[in-house]
Amino acid sequence: MSELLVGTKKGLFVLSGEDAGTYRITTRAFPGDVVEYATRDRRTGRYLASVTSGFYGPRLMFTDNPAGEWQRASGIAFAEGDDVSLVRIWKITPGEAEGQLWAGTDPAALWESRDGGETWSRNEALWKERIAGDWQPGGGGLAMHSICPWPGDPMKLAVGVSAAGVWITDDGGESWRTGFAGIVPDYMPEDARTDTNVLCIHNMHRAPARPERLFMQFHGGVYRSDDQGETWTDIHEGLPSPFGFPLVTDPADPDSAFLIPMTGAEDRVVPGGALAVFGTRDGGATWSRQGDGLPNEAYVTILRQALAREGEGDDLSLFFGATSGEVFGSTDAGRSWFTVAPRLAPVTSVRVA
Amino acid sequence: MPVVTLRAPLQGLAGGNRDLQIDGGTVGDVLRTLEATWPKTTGWILDEHGAVRRHVNVFRNGERVDETTSLGADDHLQVLPSITGGT
Repeated sequence: MSELLVGTKKGLFVLSGEDAGTYRITTRAFPGDVVEYATRDRRTGRYLASVTSGFYGPRLMFTDNPAGEWQRASGIAFAEGDDVSLVRIWKITPGEAEGQLWAGTDPAALWESRDGGETWSRNEALWKERIAGDWQPGGGGLAMHSICPWPGDPMKLAVGVSAAGVWITDDGGESWRTGFAGIVPDYMPEDARTDTNVLCIHNMHRAPARPERLFMQFHGGVYRSDDQGETWTDIHEGLPSPFGFPLVTDPADPDSAFLIPMTGAEDRVVPGGALAVFGTRDGGATWSRQGDGLPNEAYVTILRQALAREGEGDDLSLFFGATSGEVFGSTDAGRSWFTVAPRLAPVTSVRVA
Repeated sequence: MPVVTLRAPLQGLAGGNRDLQIDGGTVGDVLRTLEATWPKTTGWILDEHGAVRRHVNVFRNGERVDETTSLGADDHLQVLPSITGGT
């Protein structure tokens, strides 16, 4: 039995099921609000959700029972002197220290909780880098959306920012360095590509079994790093497009990554309407199309956080949701697919509880 | 003392109260006291800088006002979602 947390433009849907035809909605929370992202900290069982009201603004909520009462976390807010206001909470990720969670926001800032998500404080060292570097937003805002802890080592962390590149720390966030080398921003003039920090990271995930390895979906490129994110190699050859947003890795196999390409920046739907996940099992040397059971003539968009995984290796399951409101699942690592839910609201995120 | 009228979902965050008598010299004062009295309302009407949110309208005796507006003892504040909000 899997429990899916599906964030949508019209609330959080919790679905439970095992395989085709068995998934049912067990809970809808935050009706009418955008649920940007929802996850469950498996260490504590606590659910956390990023919720944005069109009227009353963004907030981070938590609960031990998604069908019960949710409480509002405190601390994710900008001070008077910052001259910015919170727009959206993009990502919530358990850290490696006890009770530690990380959150990333728009405007781009990294936030840390040490009490399981009830209170938060900003990482000031990275905030200073933002000010000094005059970070610029991408189309979706100035977003810190990718947070990659290093399994077993709370000192090491890599984050991805749209559009301010990859940032790496080895001292728990006391200091940060860039991971820009090898990334080619083809939306910049050729003579400005090497010096720019306007690097539009779309998604980034670590390979837990080989933590120095990261995979990245860029704004026009798919990259792999084998040195903690310091340098990057383009591995998009073999994909129908270098553009997209969703990405996951397989915890058991550091050579594996899965993504869903979109046609391009000017046409953010799946190429030719042929909905498919593309996977690699050799570090990006080759890619295979995995669309058995997915619809054709499906001109849909899959957003950044809307592809999720459960399990690993031979037991890897994949789930994703589209802006059309459909959610799809695979219990055989993407080889075959079934419909989990046909008609939800536009899907912003999918995670397995 | 000014009276503040709330609608759902703010009403639910303020203990189910529709009308609240809250003292204060300005709209901002009253709304901050509302947050202090009913902490679950914190951040819903005022943003982190203390300004009325862009897609929330606050009316004093039927006239749209902001957090700096002065209040008298007999004033009536209504907090309503703006038609420009929502998704």
